[in-house]
Amino acid sequence: MNQPASAYFIEERHDPNETHTLSVLVQNEPGVLARVIGLFSGRGYNIESLTVSETEAQKHLSRITIVTTGTPMVIEQIKHQLDRMIPVYRVVDMTQTKRSIERELAMVKVRGQGEHRVEALRLADAFRARVIDATTESFVFEITGNTDKINQFIDLMRPLGLVEVSRTGVAAIGRGPEGM
Amino acid sequence: MSDKSHDPNQMTGAAMIVRALIDHGVTDIFGYPGGAVLPIYDEIFQQSEVQHILVRHEQGAGHAAEGYARSTGKPGVALVTSGPGATNMVTPLTDALMDSIPLVCISGQVPTHLIGNDAFQECDTVGITRPCTKHNWLVRDVNDLAKVLHEAFYVATTGRPGPVLVDVPKDVQFATGTYHPPRKSDVHRSYAPRVKGDATQIRKAVSLLANAKRPVIYSGGGVINSGPEATKLLRELVEVTGFPITSTLMGLGAYPASGKNWLGMLGMHGTYEANMTMHDCDVMLCVGARFDDRITGRVDAFSPGSKKIHIDIDPSSINKNIRVDVPIIGDCGNILGDILQVFKAEAKKPDIKAWWQQIAQWRARNSLYYKKSNDIILPQHAIQSLFEATRGRDTYITTEVGQHQMWAAQFFGFEEPHRWMTSGGLGTMGYGLPAAVGVQVAHPDSLVIDIAGDASVQMTMQEMSTAVQYELPIKIFILNNQYMGMVRQWQQLLHGNRLSHSYSEALPDFVKLAEAYGGVGIQVHKPSDLDGAIQEMISVKRPVLFDCRVAALENCFPMIPSGKAHNEMLLPEQANDEATAKAFAGGKALV
Repeated sequence: MNQPASAYFIEERHDPNETHTLSVLVQNEPGVLARVIGLFSGRGYNIESLTVSETEAQKHLSRITIVTTGTPMVIEQIKHQLDRMIPVYRVVDMTQTKRSIERELAMVKVRGQGEHRVEALRLADAFRARVIDATTESFVFEITGNTDKINQFIDLMRPLGLVEVSRTGVAAIGRGPEGM
Repeated sequence: MSDKSHDPNQMTGAAMIVRALIDHGVTDIFGYPGGAVLPIYDEIFQQSEVQHILVRHEQGAGHAAEGYARSTGKPGVALVTSGPGATNMVTPLTDALMDSIPLVCISGQVPTHLIGNDAFQECDTVGITRPCTKHNWLVRDVNDLAKVLHEAFYVATTGRPGPVLVDVPKDVQFATGTYHPPRKSDVHRSYAPRVKGDATQIRKAVSLLANAKRPVIYSGGGVINSGPEATKLLRELVEVTGFPITSTLMGLGAYPASGKNWLGMLGMHGTYEANMTMHDCDVMLCVGARFDDRITGRVDAFSPGSKKIHIDIDPSSINKNIRVDVPIIGDCGNILGDILQVFKAEAKKPDIKAWWQQIAQWRARNSLYYKKSNDIILPQHAIQSLFEATRGRDTYITTEVGQHQMWAAQFFGFEEPHRWMTSGGLGTMGYGLPAAVGVQVAHPDSLVIDIAGDASVQMTMQEMSTAVQYELPIKIFILNNQYMGMVRQWQQLLHGNRLSHSYSEALPDFVKLAEAYGGVGIQVHKPSDLDGAIQEMISVKRPVLFDCRVAALENCFPMIPSGKAHNEMLLPEQANDEATAKAFAGGKALV
C-alpha cells in the first residue's frame, strides 16, 4: 500500500457512481450562481451540465438544473448541501422521482460539399433537426432532445464535416400537473 | 431632505449600522479602522451604547468575537475595513464556520462606482468570503441596509449558527436612507431551519435506547450551541438512563467532568475507555456532533456493531461520514426534551451493569497516566496544577492548537458549558490569545486563561497590547517546550524522527516581552515552584505571560495510530520506541 504518512487510513470507496439531474429553485440575487458552483468546486463534486435562467421574474426566482455524478452517499450530500444554502428554496432530484422530462438544445455547425452535404441534411431530417443557417458549403442545425440523442447526432456529423457545437445543457421538468 | 430630517428613521448608512447593533443587543464589538469604514467609526465615536475594542490585527478581532460568542451564547461582532482588513478576517470566519460560532462581520468596501476598478484597498470581499461564511451580502443601496443587517443577525444565530459578513461600500455608509427595526419579513423566505424533531424518529430512538445493552451517548458542540436548556436536558437524560457519556473536543462541559457517567473525551487523543466504549457499543446516541475524522478514526472500523441515532440541526451532517440508522433533524435541546418525555413515559432504565463493569476494566488501564518528575515540569502536571488552582473559581479557558490543547482537553475538567473556547474544526494556531481577550470583555470579573504553546502564542502575540489597553487581566499560560510539539510528535511517529523546522529557535524572552507590552511576566522551571507561581499569576490583576518551561520531548498520548480503529489505541505505557514504530508502520494517510 503506497500511502502518504498520516495517523489515519485513506479509504478507497468502491460504490458505483450514478448520474443524477437536480432541479434547484433559488432566489435570483447577485452571486447565487457563484454560491452554487463554488459549493461544487469547493467540495469536489462533479458538474456534468448546468443550466440556469430566471423563470419567475416577479418573484425573483431562478431555476438551476444540474447534472452531476457521484456515489449515492455523495449525491445525498450534494442535495443537503444545496438545500441549506440561504437563497435556495427547493432541491428536487429529478432522477429519483423517475417522472421527469429532460431536454437539451444544441446548435451544430457542419461544413462540407457534395455527398457529405446531402447526407448531413438527410440525417438532420431523420433526427428532426432544423436548418437555421446555411451557406453553399455549410449548415447550422438546431436539434432538441435528451442528451443521448444529441450525442448520437453529433457523432454522426463528425465524419461529415463537424466544425463546432454549442449546447445549452440539460433542462428538466416533472411530468404531471404538479410543480416543484 | 430637510422635510425628512425630523423622521428619526432617516439616517446615514453608517448610523444604521450602529443603530442595528444596538437593536440586536450588541454591547461590545471588536474592530480595526481604515479608509473604507471611517464613516462607521465616526458614528461609533459619537455614542456610548456600543463599546468598541481596538485590536492590533483584524484576525484578532475575529477570534476575540468568537471567544465572546462562545462564552456568552450571543453573536460576536467584528468591524473591519476593505481589502487587507477583510482578507485578514478569512481565518476567523473559516474557524467560526467549522465550529458553528455565530459571528457577524461588517466590512467596509470601496465606493460602489469604484468596485471592479482595482481601487486602493479593494478586494472581492463577498467572493473571497463566500465559502467561509454561512451567508454574505454586498449592500449597494442604503435602503436595503437595515433589512440585510437584521437578516445577517438572524442567519448567524439561528439553525446551525455560523459566521456572516455584510460588505458595505463607503458611499452607502454616507448615503441617507430609511432605517427600520428588526421584523420578520427581513429574512429570506427560503431560510427556515428545522427545530422540532420528527415524532416517529424520536419513538424509534427511544425504543433503541430502552433496549440497549451496551449504550453510549456521544455529545458535541451542538448541545452547547443549543443553549442552557439542552445542557440541562442532556444531563437529565444521562441521569434517567444511566448511560455512559463521552464528548467531542467542542462539547466539553455540557456534561460535568466530575459526573459519574463521564468517560472523558473521545477521538484521536481521547481516553481509552471512551474510545473502547464507542467501538463496542450496541446503541450510540450522537447529539450535536458530526462524526469528524478526528473522532471516527478509520471509518470502516468505526463502532461496527452499533445502531446509531444522530441528532443534528443541519441535514447535511447526516450520513456525511458515517451511515446512521435513526437520523433526527432539529434542535438538540428540543429533541432531547421529546426523547426524555417519551422515555420517561414508556421505558425504564435498562440494566447495563455488565456494560459498566466492562467500562471499569477499560478505565483501569488509566490511559492518561504520565510519570511525574521532581526535576522537570511535565506538561500534563502543569495543566493539572492549573486546574487544581482554579477549581471552584469562575474560570474560562481558551487554547491555541497543538499538544497543549489536547493536554488541556484531557486534564482540565469542565463542569459547565461555555467555559471552554478552542479551535476544533479548523485548528487555528493563534486562536487562544485573542479569544481570551473576547472572553474577558464579556466577563470582566472572571478568571480567563489561555492555555498556549510557545509556537502558537507567537501567531497573535500582538493582542497582548489590546489586553493591556483595555485592562483585561487575561492569563497566557504557555507550556513552553521550545517545539511545535504536535508537529514534532508526528515527525517522530510518522516521518522517521526528521524534525524538519519544528524547533522553536530564537524564542523571545517571554518575561521581558510581557513587560515590554506593559503586562507581567512569570517564568517557572521547577515543579516545586509551579503552584506558587500559578497562585501569583491568578492574583495579579493584569495581563500575564506565564512561561512554564516543560519537558521538551513529552508526547501526547493516548493516540489512535495510523490505519487503526478505536479499539487499537496506543497507550502511554506502550509508547516506547519499538511499540510506537510498530503501531505506526504500514498504514499511513490523510492528515
